[in-house]
Amino acid sequence: MTLRLRRIVENIGIPRLIIAGFLLIIFITAYITDMSVPQLMTDSLVRVGMNGILVLAMVPTISCGVGLNFGLPLGVLSGLVGALISMERNLKGFSGLFAAIGFAIPIAVVVGYLYAKLLESVKGQEMMVGTYVGFSTVAVMCVFWLLAPFKNPELIWAIGGKGLRFTLTLGNHFGKVLNEFAVFQLFGVKISAGLLGFFLLFCLLIYFFYKTKLGIAMLAAGANPVFARSAGIDVRSMKAVGVVLSTVLAAIGIIIYAQSYGFLQLYMAPLMMAFPAVAAILIGGASLQKATISNVIIGTLLFQTLLTTALPVTSRVIQGDISEVARLIISNGMILYALTRSTGGK
Amino acid sequence: MTNMTDPKTVESGRSVSLDVRRIIATNGVPILFLALSITMALVAGLNVTFLLNEVVTRLARNSLLVLSLLIPVTAGMGLNFGIVIGAMAGQGAAIAVTYWGVTGVRGFLLACLLSTPIAAIAGWLAGNVLNRAKGREMITSMILGFFANGIYQLIFLFIVGPIIPLNDRRLLLPSGIGVRNTVDLINIAQSLDKIWRPVIGGVRIPVVTLLISAGMCVVIGFLMKTKMGQNLRAVGQDMHIAEVMGIKVDKTRIIAMILSTVIAGWGQLIFLQNIGTLNTYNSHEQVGMFSIAALLVGGASTRRATIWQAIVGVVLFHTLFVVSPLAGQRLFGVPQIGEYFRVFVAYGIIAVALALHAWQGRQVRRRAAEEAMLTE
Repeated sequence: MTLRLRRIVENIGIPRLIIAGFLLIIFITAYITDMSVPQLMTDSLVRVGMNGILVLAMVPTISCGVGLNFGLPLGVLSGLVGALISMERNLKGFSGLFAAIGFAIPIAVVVGYLYAKLLESVKGQEMMVGTYVGFSTVAVMCVFWLLAPFKNPELIWAIGGKGLRFTLTLGNHFGKVLNEFAVFQLFGVKISAGLLGFFLLFCLLIYFFYKTKLGIAMLAAGANPVFARSAGIDVRSMKAVGVVLSTVLAAIGIIIYAQSYGFLQLYMAPLMMAFPAVAAILIGGASLQKATISNVIIGTLLFQTLLTTALPVTSRVIQGDISEVARLIISNGMILYALTRSTGGK
Repeated sequence: MTNMTDPKTVESGRSVSLDVRRIIATNGVPILFLALSITMALVAGLNVTFLLNEVVTRLARNSLLVLSLLIPVTAGMGLNFGIVIGAMAGQGAAIAVTYWGVTGVRGFLLACLLSTPIAAIAGWLAGNVLNRAKGREMITSMILGFFANGIYQLIFLFIVGPIIPLNDRRLLLPSGIGVRNTVDLINIAQSLDKIWRPVIGGVRIPVVTLLISAGMCVVIGFLMKTKMGQNLRAVGQDMHIAEVMGIKVDKTRIIAMILSTVIAGWGQLIFLQNIGTLNTYNSHEQVGMFSIAALLVGGASTRRATIWQAIVGVVLFHTLFVVSPLAGQRLFGVPQIGEYFRVFVAYGIIAVALALHAWQGRQVRRRAAEEAMLTE
């Protein structure tokens, strides 16, 4: 019996049990203090759909052997440029959203390819180099936002007429188009089929990608490069495919994030984007070597629900905003846990 | 410039001072940044006295923090992004001293004394964590810094007040829980700097602060010559060989982290006494990045860093820091460009140094593998 119990605990993993326990306490507290539990669930699901694709972007780099993609800001910046081009052309609604994605993908492919070339020459230090390449690119892009040749008065500073604003409102363009698409209610919980469906669609696409020949070759290259090489797989180009795919997903991810948030955040906003995504997939049970789609879904659900519910619920019990502090401790604690264990997040 | 030529070049019998190519090859990074600093200073059209004043102040303010990075590099643990933890210990001590109302040099020394055990314990913990993440110490120490920041905020936003009693309206937030965002360090402000601050040629020189940094250089230099220093170097060269030689590798690495964290705590106190105010939740955040960037600008790598590189790095990095916003203003008419440019320099230099380090490591390994093949 105890052995069976231990097996179950091992299968689920201690971090997930702890966080699930936390969530249970939060929801019970919410119920006791007369908060609307369906409202909390509605908000949490929005946040899951909002962040999901950014977390999904971690899967290709982990599975091709590069590790956690701390260079996520590179993809995010490509996505922002795509969104800006769409906004500059004044495209509205779904056409604006898909145009943004359409403009972003080629940029992300090029950026991802260059990033992959760089990572190839720094094998073993990909995570650290990725972090700082991401950081420095964010700083370079800050100069770009100031000098970029955008003309649409909605995008640039009203005074001076030069340089993009810090935060751009997406309301008139493609703000919340997915969030407000095909919304239905279930037990008082509002579910946006558009937003969640889009996230699940991408999960499904990546799932099927790993069933194709290319996907299987990539998994093999990541799991055992020596074996893969002897089986005739070009490990280098598999890694490049993984990094490019991750960068493209990050670009799409930030566009979905922005449309859900309603604002496009430029300048230093993308700086720390990689860390919550990394934390989420590790919470989902991924390790530095292995990640699955279920890790993405479970991790995003647990982490985002925790972040969404912690603030309103704890503010009833504790004075002050403890959720930001909890986010710092939980997400970085999770990353540390994975870094210090050979098996990763399990 | 400083004499940083390798002893090996002397042995080769060539005239060292004339071998320009060699000097540029070994000191490329500081020379590049020297050129960049001079160009930008000329563009900005700055008053030389103003610039010298700024650089001397910043040298006194920052060098101890940068020096705290040297020991882990020697021990092969790379750049210790975890010095922010030491900085947090220093800040905690600074708040305590302000609360107790101990003033002047006595207050400063008490703060140093208080930060030492906190930093030592934190360093011990950090060392243990890094021993479980061999080969990825840098990313782990960086995440460790973020994690510690969470703990720090938890303590100073929620625990100070209700659990740790602190009855001082000037320090607490209006709600009575948590420390204010800015604390005026009136008791220890400038306490070291103002002991003796002669003005030479229009430049104010905080002699005592500079002497303390110089003293730390001597201490670190001496430490490297002792048995302890030999052990650190041996561990840094090759952990397995060190283990075989009978050196306790894990213990040595933990000691390196403890020393680094403790020195960083003192460094942050020196920094704070110069600034005079504490941004409770921000002052420490950038410490790791700016110190590391300064060390790298001085020509250090993740595997080798010397005292001279630390000092040259602080001077060059902070010159750039002072002149770049003004240069941005002059060149583009937008001061933010210079501001972002210096952020880019800080991040970019770290990215380049890390990439170079990883690339060189691969080259060395490849060459070793080729040689092994040949001997077979």
